[in-house]
Amino acid sequence: MNIFVCVSHVPDTTTKVQVGEDGKSIDPSGVTWILNPYDEYAVEAALQLKEAREGEVTVVCFGPDAVKETIRKGLAMGADKGLHIKSDQPRDSFGTAKALAETLKDREADVIFCGRQSIDYDGWQMAGLLGEMLDLPSVTVASKLEIKEDGSIEAEREIEGGMETVVSKLPAVISAQKGLNDPRYPKLQGIMQAKRKPIEDVEPSPYKNRVEVLEMSKPPVKSAGKIVGEGPDAVKELVKLLHEEAKVI
Amino acid sequence: MYEQEEHRLIRSTVREFAEQEIKPVAKELDDREEFSYDLTKKMGEIGLFGIVVTPEYGGQGMDYFSYIIAVEELARIDGSQAATIAAHNSLGIGPLYYHGTEEQKQRYIPPLCTGDGLWAFGLTEPEAGSDSRGSKTSARLENGNWIINGSKIFITNGATDITLGTTVQAVTGEVDGKKEFSTIIVNRDTPGYTSRAMKEKMMWRASNTAELYFDDCTVPEDHLLGDRGDGSHIMLETLDDGRLSIAAMGLGLAQGAYEMALEYSKQRRQFGKPISKFQVIAFKLADMAMKVELGRNLLYKACWLKQNKQPFAKESAMAKLYCSEIAKEVADEAVQVHGGYGLMKEYDIERFYRDQRLLQIGEGTSEIQRLVISRYILSE
Repeated sequence: MNIFVCVSHVPDTTTKVQVGEDGKSIDPSGVTWILNPYDEYAVEAALQLKEAREGEVTVVCFGPDAVKETIRKGLAMGADKGLHIKSDQPRDSFGTAKALAETLKDREADVIFCGRQSIDYDGWQMAGLLGEMLDLPSVTVASKLEIKEDGSIEAEREIEGGMETVVSKLPAVISAQKGLNDPRYPKLQGIMQAKRKPIEDVEPSPYKNRVEVLEMSKPPVKSAGKIVGEGPDAVKELVKLLHEEAKVI
Repeated sequence: MYEQEEHRLIRSTVREFAEQEIKPVAKELDDREEFSYDLTKKMGEIGLFGIVVTPEYGGQGMDYFSYIIAVEELARIDGSQAATIAAHNSLGIGPLYYHGTEEQKQRYIPPLCTGDGLWAFGLTEPEAGSDSRGSKTSARLENGNWIINGSKIFITNGATDITLGTTVQAVTGEVDGKKEFSTIIVNRDTPGYTSRAMKEKMMWRASNTAELYFDDCTVPEDHLLGDRGDGSHIMLETLDDGRLSIAAMGLGLAQGAYEMALEYSKQRRQFGKPISKFQVIAFKLADMAMKVELGRNLLYKACWLKQNKQPFAKESAMAKLYCSEIAKEVADEAVQVHGGYGLMKEYDIERFYRDQRLLQIGEGTSEIQRLVISRYILSE
C-alpha cells in the first residue's frame, strides 16, 4: 500500500508567539517548532495501516529547509521516506494544497492522511482542497477509522452534538481528529534510523497567493478586574455598572 | 552549540514521554515507595535501555550526549525514574559493555537493552563508602570457581523482580602488600546470593535500592569481568562515566525546580500583584536561571570532551559537583518561592527538595569530587 501523510511544521504549543516586525507574520526568533499535533494522529494512522497491510509510508511537508526536522520526526516514528516540497515563500491554504496535489498526483497514492487542521494558521482546508484537486473522496475530521481489505472505508466523524458514520473507498484523503489513535513515541533507535532514511526534495511550480495577509495582531490584553465593594451594599453599584458600563444587562 | 538535530528530537521525545507517562504517577509512586514495573517497561520500549550500546548487542546506538539529554529530561520530571535509567545504563550495562569479552557481551547485554531486565553494580559496602579500597567482600578461586563472601549496600536496581544480576567488586588477593580488586559477574539465581530492597528512603523512593549478600556464592571462573586485578580500574572508569549521569540528574532536577518556581511566581498573588513582580522573587529566578545555564554548559562540555576522546575526568567531577550543588540551591530557593505550599506534598517541589539530597552523596560525595578536582589541578 502506498501511503502518504501530509504534515505541517508549527510552533510548539507552549511557545509564546510574537508578531514580527512586518506586522503580518510571526516572529520566528526563539520559537521551537514541532510536528503539528493533529498530524501526529495522521502519522500514527498511516503507520498502523502499513503494519496491518504492508506498504510504504511517505511523510510530505511543504516549506523551507527547517521543515526537514519535522519530516525527520515522522521518519523517527516509523515512516519510510520523506518528501520535501521546498519553498521559502509562505503560501495560503490553496497554494499549499496545490503544491501537495501536484507533487502527489502521479505517485499513485492509495491513501493520503493529514491532520484536521494545523494549529498555527487554523485553516482546516487541506483535506477538502486535496480531495478536490486530486479528484479523490475526502473524509474529514475522522475520529474512528476502518480501512477494509477491499479498500472500503468506514469512518466516524464528530459533528455538532453527535457522531456521523460515513463510508467511502480508497484511494482517498482522510484527515485525522484527536482520539483517532494514540500516537507512538519515536523510539531512540528510530531517531538514529531516521537520519539514514531518504528525503526527496522537489520544487513546486510558481504560485501567487490568492489570499493576502494584511495584518496580524495579538488578542487584546484582558484588563484587570474591578472590585466594586463587598457584601450586599455593593450589589446596587455592580448592577449599575453591568447595565451602564458593560451593557450586559 | 553542542546539540544536533537528533539531540533535539531525543530531548523532545523524552520530555513528552516524561510529562505524559511519568508525571501523572510520580507523586503516588513516591508516596507508596513503589518501583514501577510498568514505567520501567515503557522506558525500555522507547529505547532508554542500552542507549549508547551498538545495535549489534541490541542497543540504540546513540552517542553519549544523547544519553545525558535523556537522563536530564527524565530528572526534570522525576528523580526516581532518572535514577533507574542512569544506574542501569552507566553502572549496570557500562562495565559489561566496555570490559566484557565478546562472549560475555553477546550473552548479557541484549536482554538488558529491552526493558525486561536490569543489572546492578555492587561497589559500596557498609564500611566502605568514600573509602572504596576499604571494601571487604572477597572472592577466592577454587577448583575453577570463584567463591564470593561479603555484602554490598545502597545498590541501585539491585533487588527488583527483573534484576537479572550484578557485577560485584571483590578482593581477590594481595599484590605487593596492596589489595587486588577484581570484578565478577553474578547471576540472580546463583546459590549463596541474595538481595533485599532497602526501604524508608528519604529520596528516590520510586527507585530500587538494595543490599546484596554473598554467602559462599559460587560462580564459574569465566565470570570474571576484565582481567584479574582490573577491578579498581574498571570501578574508576565506571564512576567517571556515572558522574556525568548524576550531573545530568542534578541539571534536570534544577531545571524542573526552576520551572516550577517560575510558573508559581507568575500565578501567586500577594500585595495585589504576582510575586514575580517583586524584585526579591525575580532576582531569585534570575539566579536560578543562571545556575542552570552554567551547569548545562559545564556538563555538555564534559560530554563533548568524552565524546571527542579527550581527557574528561576533571571536568566530569566538576560537572557532578556543580550540578548536584545547584540542584540543592535551586530546589531550596524554589521551595522558598512556593512559601508554605512548597512544604506540602501536593506540590512536586516538595519531592524535588528531598530527591536532590542524594546527588551530593551518591557516586562520590561532593567532598570526594573536590578531592578529585584538586588532585588534577595540583598535578597539572
